Amino acid sequence: MLRLEPRKERSRAMALAAPLIAVALTMIFGMILFALLGKDPVRAIVTIFWEPLTNDFSRSELLVKGTPLVLIAVGLAMGFRAGIWNIGAEGQFIVGAIAGGAMGLAFYDVQGVWVLPLMCLAGAAAGAAWALIPAILKVKFNANEILVSLMLVYVAGLWLSALVTGPLRDPDGFNFPESRLFHDSATLPILLEGTRAHVGALAALAAVLIGWALMERHEYGFSLKLFGQAPRAARFAGFSQPRTVLLAMAVSGGLAGLAGTFEAAGPVGQLVPGLPAGYGFTAIIVAFLGRLHPAGILLAGLLMALTYIGGEGAQLAMQLPAAAISVFQGMLLFFLLGMDVFSRYRLVPTRGLRKGAA
Amino acid sequence: MDLSALNPVAIAVSLIVAATPLVFAAIGELVVEKSGVLNLGVEGMMIVGAIAGFAGANVTGSTTFGVLCALLAGAALSGVFAFMTQVLMSNQVATGLALTLFGLGLAAMLGQPYSGIPAPDFPRVWLPVLSDLPVVGRLLFSHDWLVYVSLLLAGTTAWVLTRTRAGLVLRAVGENHDAAHAIGYKVVLIRTGAILFGGACAGVGGAYLSLVASPLWVEGMTAGRGWIALAIVVFASWKPWRAVLGAYIFGGVTIAQLNLQALGVAIESQYLSMTPYLVTIVVLVIISADKRRARMNAPACLGRPFFAAG
Repeated sequence: MLRLEPRKERSRAMALAAPLIAVALTMIFGMILFALLGKDPVRAIVTIFWEPLTNDFSRSELLVKGTPLVLIAVGLAMGFRAGIWNIGAEGQFIVGAIAGGAMGLAFYDVQGVWVLPLMCLAGAAAGAAWALIPAILKVKFNANEILVSLMLVYVAGLWLSALVTGPLRDPDGFNFPESRLFHDSATLPILLEGTRAHVGALAALAAVLIGWALMERHEYGFSLKLFGQAPRAARFAGFSQPRTVLLAMAVSGGLAGLAGTFEAAGPVGQLVPGLPAGYGFTAIIVAFLGRLHPAGILLAGLLMALTYIGGEGAQLAMQLPAAAISVFQGMLLFFLLGMDVFSRYRLVPTRGLRKGAA
Repeated sequence: MDLSALNPVAIAVSLIVAATPLVFAAIGELVVEKSGVLNLGVEGMMIVGAIAGFAGANVTGSTTFGVLCALLAGAALSGVFAFMTQVLMSNQVATGLALTLFGLGLAAMLGQPYSGIPAPDFPRVWLPVLSDLPVVGRLLFSHDWLVYVSLLLAGTTAWVLTRTRAGLVLRAVGENHDAAHAIGYKVVLIRTGAILFGGACAGVGGAYLSLVASPLWVEGMTAGRGWIALAIVVFASWKPWRAVLGAYIFGGVTIAQLNLQALGVAIESQYLSMTPYLVTIVVLVIISADKRRARMNAPACLGRPFFAAG
């Protein structure tokens, strides 16, 4: 028999290898899953992980889907480092889309380079404000931020639905629950001609760089990590817990809100009830898969975007159910969390040689 | 607004139907948390229970078999959580989230062939004379059998937790796992048992949604009820009867807003649909505001991983 024995220090090698092993395990178990569904497992894996990389359009779609995932995950990771669980990024994403979109519609048919920045500002501010609700309730009333932020996801979704059937509905839209299409000044410029890849990708890249600088080179990052590992020590060092919670939630909410505005003003081009595509939840997986590190998140975000695009391809080419990809992504998080144990513990035989080492 | 259209007895019955899935899920999670484990996967286990129950009942035509399927499916899914958090000592918050994401996807995938078809009729209890009594008969003696099971479950849980040795051991593990381990109790084993129980309860709660309350399979049909069940446990200060009360309050809020929508109140239906979620937040705030009381009620080892050193 084997048993686990604590390592004296966290194994860095294992911490970095865990995501790779988890991806490999997910592929293996994914193949079993696809075989059970009666699909050719090898072809499914090739369709999901390789085919999107073989043509220009799919490669550009990586940027489209990766942008919201990376933006949101960078923010979430900061909070997760400090043990602040913002699980409601999906709601902040929706509210960001609402605020940014409403701003764009308010200036409908007004041309100007200032329209988009204003929309982004509104979206980020709305997302931050939405995230500050659970933050303030936690700081002031000790309410669990996981549950509050999650409840607000449902509230945000219903609000979006109410707005596009009410005040924001397209007046010429035959009563369909959708807003007008945004005009040119309210639509994100395209990065690569002929694709949907928009300038939001640059913002995501900037978020990665700034996130890295904050986490690794700034006192704020240090305080976040300290609160995560030794909250008492952090308080003795003079860091304020309420301020840390509020700031971390506001930053992650702001980034999620910005991602929401980008989604509305980019690939979707209007406000519709189906706008939220679950990026806020998938970003949680991205944050963990990227080891809560901005650089890792960039890679993890692209990988997750790959499974989205490959999953759509597999739906069309092999009639794989759409939900199979969510199962796949959920499995990935399981394997990752399971592999993590080996960065803190090592496997040793139950009896014998290592008796003295424990 | 025509209030005479409302039938108080029918409203009370629909309230019970809305509350029962929450009773199952909340009681299950309460036991899990009493053992010191925080399982945020309730939503995932509920929805997998919903599809497993629906599929089982539809394939065999037996709703009882469906409920059994849901029970086993919920327990199986929670078994994954138990292995991850108890054997591999993974982070409970993250693992619970993974369970929810995985469960929602799994249920959507399994449920594809079942959307849009009706569930078999769920049998109601019928007692001679008693069930035929006016008002009282409908209120007390003619529900589906799961309603009575849910209340029995709450009562038994309350009794076991406070009046039996098994309950004392479970609470000891949740309050101080190191001490419980030192006395010789198998912390990991006890917690695994509690987690499986919680999963089974959540699964049955899910099946109640798809077999009795709706009764249909719709993707994402739990709509946050698993999370509300988690909030109810906090609201209940980890006391089973208060969890039942909490579930019935939320059932009441759900039914109240549905009736308002049916009455054609001049508010858009989406705003009314928000109320259960908003009420959850308000209740959480009120209950948690007194920090000292909140800390006294919560199991001391809640969410803390246990490693048996030596």
